[in-house]
Amino acid sequence: MTEEAIWNLKKDNIESLLSKGERADGRKPDEYREFKIELGKYHHAEGSAFVTLGKTKIAAGVKMSVEKPYPDSPDNGNISVNAEMSPIASPSFESGPPREEAVELARVVDRGIREAKIVDVDKLCITPGEEVWTVFVDLRVLDYDGNLFDACTLAAIAALVNTKIPKYEDGKIIDGEYTGSLPLNGFSTMSTFVKIGNHIVVDPSLDEDKVMSARISVSVNEKGQLCAMQKGGIGTFTAEEIDSIITDRVFKAAKPLQKVIKDLPSK
Amino acid sequence: MAGKGNENVTYVDKSGKRLDGRKVDELRPIKVDVGVLDRADGSAYVEWGHNKAIAAVYGPREVLPKHMANPYKAIMRVYYRMAPFSVPEHKRPAPGRREIEISKVLSEALDAAVLTERFPQSQIEVHIDILDADAGTRITALTAASAALADAGIPMRDLVAGVSVGKAGGRVIADLTKAEEDASDAVDIPMAILPSTKEVVLLQMDGILTKEEWKDAHELAHKAAEKVYNLQKEALRKRYESAEAVEETEEIAETKEEVVE
Repeated sequence: MTEEAIWNLKKDNIESLLSKGERADGRKPDEYREFKIELGKYHHAEGSAFVTLGKTKIAAGVKMSVEKPYPDSPDNGNISVNAEMSPIASPSFESGPPREEAVELARVVDRGIREAKIVDVDKLCITPGEEVWTVFVDLRVLDYDGNLFDACTLAAIAALVNTKIPKYEDGKIIDGEYTGSLPLNGFSTMSTFVKIGNHIVVDPSLDEDKVMSARISVSVNEKGQLCAMQKGGIGTFTAEEIDSIITDRVFKAAKPLQKVIKDLPSK
Repeated sequence: MAGKGNENVTYVDKSGKRLDGRKVDELRPIKVDVGVLDRADGSAYVEWGHNKAIAAVYGPREVLPKHMANPYKAIMRVYYRMAPFSVPEHKRPAPGRREIEISKVLSEALDAAVLTERFPQSQIEVHIDILDADAGTRITALTAASAALADAGIPMRDLVAGVSVGKAGGRVIADLTKAEEDASDAVDIPMAILPSTKEVVLLQMDGILTKEEWKDAHELAHKAAEKVYNLQKEALRKRYESAEAVEETEEIAETKEEVVE
């Protein structure tokens, strides 16, 4: 694989820069790249967002659908997160059903939203035991420049903030009419740290994503509580490294994301 | 094609205006941007009315699996996909029969334009995502795909320019909206041409049409496709005449020099 050979060559350079406390793009270890959120781009979606983080680009759309509730939660609506990593985003992504990377991405983003209890599923019941709203969040990765976890979480949350509930009458959704905004409780952000050699940095660029040995994504809510975590990669973190990330560094790094999410105009 | 629409709707009024105020031969607003993605070899984004499509091109590159390779020409692989949030009802993410058929006709239309014989044993891939749909997505996709191929520097006989023409309420019209496609006598004719030779590379139709109506529709399609062609060329010119593009080329040249050193 020619591509892998290139990453191996870059690894030495990235590592030697990090040992001098520098990153290839000039950022500090706990600093995010520039990011931008555009709301309400797609008119058929009940809520949508287009997010760029560095050059990573994500299109997120929310569709609301009326479905039968699960037997063990007859009064609750549901949320479903799906992610597509199609070749649009990278020459190394393949077409076809989601592979394990895309499945992990969707499930980690899902947990960051679900465990923070952002969507108020109690308020999404139409007829108990019969009809509830399902909130489908679909994420399309359009350009892969590293750190899909944080970019997709940002896009998913922004799309949810932008979501309106369609009018539902006599068993039918009235297209283009709405009854209010999606009930939300607070928000969460995800921050992903990667380990390269003995160095740990947040918001990995494409190069850093490719040469990292281990990754940890931590979701925190607006109250400063931890909501979900996922470690990835074949490398390891020491107990001290983990402690430092989840008791301190994640909160500092997430500040700019939290500030922007907090100020998003709701529907 | 004939839809479930109300027969009492006036699709073209006495002053020649349609439901959305357009004239019979008028297209919805179209925006074409090329070079919108970083990782793809070529890319384009098209907004056509409410339709939004993004296309990424890779290649010519190795054919996998290898037995698919053609020793005489490059093979074209086109993937037209709809985002689940692009339509009124949430669409399951897996591609359906409609997406597979559209991918095939788009692939054949683009194959006619690309000089595939220059790249034996290789493949050229076009991946298209529909992010918003409102009648005419295959032509929106084709407009983006053709511009993205040019952006990738793939040699072509010409750009592929297309439009959808048809009929609603007894009148031949260009660029039907969803409301017009729902007319009880609706006919939809997506068509694409190589504008410099006027060769037809894509043609589909469903609905009932007289010979005279076809002549009108055919003529209308050629005229409308010409407008789309100009927008595609304008977008490519804008991209490659700008200072930024020149700078980028210089950057690439510099990187190459560094590698040599």
